[in-house]
Formats: sequence, structure tokens, C-alpha cells
Amino acid sequence: MYVYDAFDRTLVAERVAEFRDQVARRLSGELTEEEFKPLRLMNGVYLQLHAYMLRVAIPYGTLSSAQLRRLAEVARKYDRGYGHFTTRQNLQFHWIKLEELPDAMAALAEAGLHGMQTSGNCVRNITTDQWAGVAPDELEDPRIWAELIRQHVTLHPEFSFMPRKFKIAVGSSLHDRAALRIHDLALRLHRNGAGESGFEVMVGGGLGRTPFLAKTIKPFLPKRDVLSYVEAVLRTYNQFGRRDNIYKARIKILVHELGVEAFAKEVEAEWQSIKDGALALDPGAASEIAGRFIYPDYKRLDDSPTMLTQARRADAGFDAWMINSVANHKVSGYAIVTLSLKPEGGTPGDATAAQMDAIADLADRYSFGEVRVGHEQNLTLPHVAQRDLHEVWRALNAIGVATPNVGLVSDIIACPGLDYCSLANARSIPIAQEITRRFSKLDLQRDLGRLHINISGCINACGHHHVGHIGILGVEKNGEEFYQITLGGKADSDAKLGTLIGPAVPYAKVADVVEDIAAAYLELRERPDELFIDTVKRLGVEPFRERVYAAR
Amino acid sequence: MTSPLDQKIRITGPVVVTANRVGDGTVVYRRADGGWTTKLASAAVTTSATAARELIKQAAADDLRAVGPYIAPVKLTAAGELLPGNLREAIRLGGPTIDLPVTFGI
Repeated sequence: MYVYDAFDRTLVAERVAEFRDQVARRLSGELTEEEFKPLRLMNGVYLQLHAYMLRVAIPYGTLSSAQLRRLAEVARKYDRGYGHFTTRQNLQFHWIKLEELPDAMAALAEAGLHGMQTSGNCVRNITTDQWAGVAPDELEDPRIWAELIRQHVTLHPEFSFMPRKFKIAVGSSLHDRAALRIHDLALRLHRNGAGESGFEVMVGGGLGRTPFLAKTIKPFLPKRDVLSYVEAVLRTYNQFGRRDNIYKARIKILVHELGVEAFAKEVEAEWQSIKDGALALDPGAASEIAGRFIYPDYKRLDDSPTMLTQARRADAGFDAWMINSVANHKVSGYAIVTLSLKPEGGTPGDATAAQMDAIADLADRYSFGEVRVGHEQNLTLPHVAQRDLHEVWRALNAIGVATPNVGLVSDIIACPGLDYCSLANARSIPIAQEITRRFSKLDLQRDLGRLHINISGCINACGHHHVGHIGILGVEKNGEEFYQITLGGKADSDAKLGTLIGPAVPYAKVADVVEDIAAAYLELRERPDELFIDTVKRLGVEPFRERVYAAR
Repeated sequence: MTSPLDQKIRITGPVVVTANRVGDGTVVYRRADGGWTTKLASAAVTTSATAARELIKQAAADDLRAVGPYIAPVKLTAAGELLPGNLREAIRLGGPTIDLPVTFGI
């Protein structure tokens, strides 16, 4: 956990006071909506179909139990008793009243939470691997660097009015769990040939209307240079990014139109002029940040304690959950536990206040008071002693977050879609719900193996449909909801954009199509352990296209 | 932000002017008397572009009470009942088409 200092606390408290004044002036008529809108957006306040929405930043997806409890309290007191965890490791309240927002924000601020830079053309919440600091395949904790950059770009005047929003992700593992290549700027910690650790720098990724995967412009950047190089990228984008057309304003378009080499050259020139200035990090800078992270005081425990082995033998449900939802921890005797927010028929990413409170209590009791949010819209208890796993499972099961479907077909990523969002063309959530019902049998889900479905209700792609193994995009045709289906996308270290398989299908047929695709995969795979995504890679989308459209 | 007065008005059937209430975001409809209502049945309905233009002009001037006014299609049933003209408007009026988590039981 990172602990805010007095500076951070003051900044957040002052922002609440400022926003309280702005809201009062809006409600009194002193500010028009035109004047007020940019001010509310700077605090993560949107207007959706039914109500205002408040987006709360969860930097690098790390929450303390106290913060989660506070989110629950705000959900209960100022919203409708639940919150929605997003693909950007944030949380959204969908029923907030403007009149009550200052009080809700003040309550959040007391726990170090806020909505700053969760909207607007600035650097948004910096995301990372939800297993940061505990993953065995990690080089070092990427959150140190995410926090360093967060501090640098928070309310940075030069980067508060960029051509468009800017999303940064930091990763540090062999396996990319942070979807690095779909970010405007991604930093991957790794070692060079000399054994030094530094960053691979990737730019120009993003989904939406014109999807691109980020391209590497610096294979190895020494740590001392990370702030100056990030600044150089932001300045280059700020200078050359298009402001004349919102659809062409993201850095991905600039990188594409300029060419990655030319863009890298511009960044390099800017960087050379600032790299040895004030932004060059002294060796103690990262340690100072790291010093404000509180790491658990792990006990010395053995892996696979006898009681765990016995419980797995005695309880098939527990064993299934262990196989699916529990991962190895870098410290022996501990485990990483994923909490599925994808129950059959539920809304992906939603958690009730009661669930949040219960999870906060479990985090205190079993996970050193820490919870993580993943971009897959699930939660993680990052430090659970293996000897406690059976008890933890029983407790999670009791509150409906132990469905052993993590990474399987029913672990669907979906945006709120037309049920909430004013930008959406079509609904996402009921499509996800129907698919989970069609694949309710766990045996079938396990047989299908790892299979990621991503659903977006419009081309803005908040559900990351381009990188779903099966991607589903809602579009509107003559007032009706239709859905385009793509196959073969993925967001890991070997990221790829999916391929459209054919004409869009109507709302009522989407789940049928997914069933057809799954059935085709079961027939087409070479062996039971060939993953869906590997079958698509081997055969292309044609056999799936035939299967889907032959009957229609 | 595009002013509602700058929006093109294409009317192919009955329409109302809708917006969100400033204080809490609730969906509201413009009434003929210049007020706002949460009941679609009480909304001012027109099939005329001129009348719609006038309705939206007045609504946009009422920035203190309602935000983001625009013209939305409605349907009139044979029985005279007023219904939302498309799915988006049906969801705005009736709420999400899914059970909220608290009612879903998780």
C-alpha cells in the first residue's frame, strides 16, 4: 500500500473544497452548464443516461481495506448500494446526485480517494498488473514507477489540456497482465544484456474507432531517465497531436501518421534537451517512493500445507476454485486470490456495498488489509496465507465472489453499454448475462479452457472488444441493436487485434453465435489443451465464419 | 459543447424535448407550460419542426433547471398513450434493462 503524505492529503482536500464551491455556483445559476462541464469533468463527473456518474481513481489498482469500506459507504449513502469496477482499474458510481457530490467526494477524500484525472484530456489513472509486488514472474514492483509518474503528472499544467486523453500503463512481468500494448504509453520493466533493469517504452496503442497496438520506440531506457522520457513523449504529443478532429486526436493517430521512426526521432530530440535537467532521477528517488509503500510482514510459511491438501481432497468445490482462482505468490506459503465479479447472470464488474464491506473485512483478516482491482473487472486479495485459503473460499463463496470462472468463457469483460452510458449504441450487460447463462455448466467452461470474451456497447471500446479472444461490438442499424463479432484478439505480451468474421448479428442471436463459435472450436482444436486463441491463430477465422453464417 | 440550438432538427414523427435535471440528473421532459416533468405523458408533443425549434430554444434557456436538452422521438399508440420512440429513450425513461446488483441478489 502507498501511504499519502500531507501534501497529497491537502491537495485532495483542497480539490473537494474547490468543487463544492463550483457545484454551489452551478446550482445557484452562477455557472452555466457550458462553464461547469469542464470543471466537473476534471473531477471525474459525467452525465449519463439516468444520472450523474462519478469515476473514482484507483491508482495502479491498489486499494486499502479502509478505502474499499469507504467506497461501500459512499455506494450506500450517495448511490444505489453498488459500484462498478472498470477496465481501467477505476470504480464508477452510476447514480450520484450533483447536489450530494461534494459530500460524497469529501467522504472519499478522507480515505485518500478522488476523481481527479479520471476524465478530460490529461494523463488518466495509471494502471498496472493487479498482481504487482506479489507475482513470481515479476522483475520488481511496477507500482513504484507508476506512483512516481502519477505524482509528476498530477495537475501538471503543461499536460492538463492535451489534444486528447492519455493512458499510461506500467508492467514488470514476463506475462503481461496490464494489457500494455493497448495504451498510449506503456513502460515494461526488464533487464538488458548487462543485467541492468530499465524500461522498454511503447507508444501509440489504443482501441476505439481506430485500433492500434503500441510500438516500441525505446527498447531500453535507464530508470534515471524515466520521468524525462515520459515528459518528452507527452511534449511531443502535445505539440504535434491533432486538435482539429477529436477522432484523430489520440497519440496513436500521430504515431501512425508521422510514422513510428519519425515520432521516436522527435521524442529523442526533445529528450536530449531535458534528460540531464531537473527530471533526471537521483538514485534515491525511487527508494523514497518505495519507502512510502507498506509491504506485508510475511510470516515464514511452507507451501502446500497439509491442511490445504486435505481440504482440497475433501471438498471438490474448493478444489475447483483453487485450480481456477488461486495463483502462486512470490513468497512461499502465500497465494494470490482472484475474486470473480462475474456470477452467472450478473453484471461484469459490479459489487454491492455489502460485498465491498465483506471483502474489506476479509482483506483485513487474511490479506494484510489490501485489495487489488484488475482490468478484467475482478478483484484480488494479493497476500493470502495458503493455510487460510479454505476459510477464505468459504467466506468468498458466501458473498458470491468465488465463482471458479476466472479466465474462462463466463469471465466476460463488458462496458456498461446502453443501460447506462450516453455514448453507447447498444447494450453490453444483457449480452454478457445471456452468455454466462448459456455456459453455466462449469464442466463445459473448463473444457473450453481459457477464452476471453470482451463486449463494448460502442466503438469507443471501453470493453476492449478488439483484444477479446471473442470480441463483441454493439452497433446501431436502423434503430436496432446489432453486434459485430471479431475473433483472435488478445491483450497479453503477444497482443493482437481481432479479425471481423462477417456481418453484424442482431441482439437476440449473439449468444447463439458465441455458442456456435465455441462448438466449432471444440471440433477444430487439435488436442484438448490447444487453447481457443491458438486454434484461431492456427486456422484463421474462416472455419468459424463458415460455422456461424452457414446456418444464417 | 454543441448548443442545442445548433442541432439539426429532422422530424419524421412526434417528438418531445428531454433533458436531465441539474440537481440529480433525473430524466425530465419539457412541458407545454414551460416547466419540466418526469412523466413522459405530461410532455409537450409536437410534429412540427418550428414548434420543436421553439421548445428546444426555451428549454436551452432554462439551463438552471435542466441540462443537455435535445429532441427525442416518441410514439403515440392507438389508445393515445405516449411511448419512447427508441430503445435509448425507453432506457432513459424506464431505467436499465437489467436487474441492479442489489436486486439481483449479489
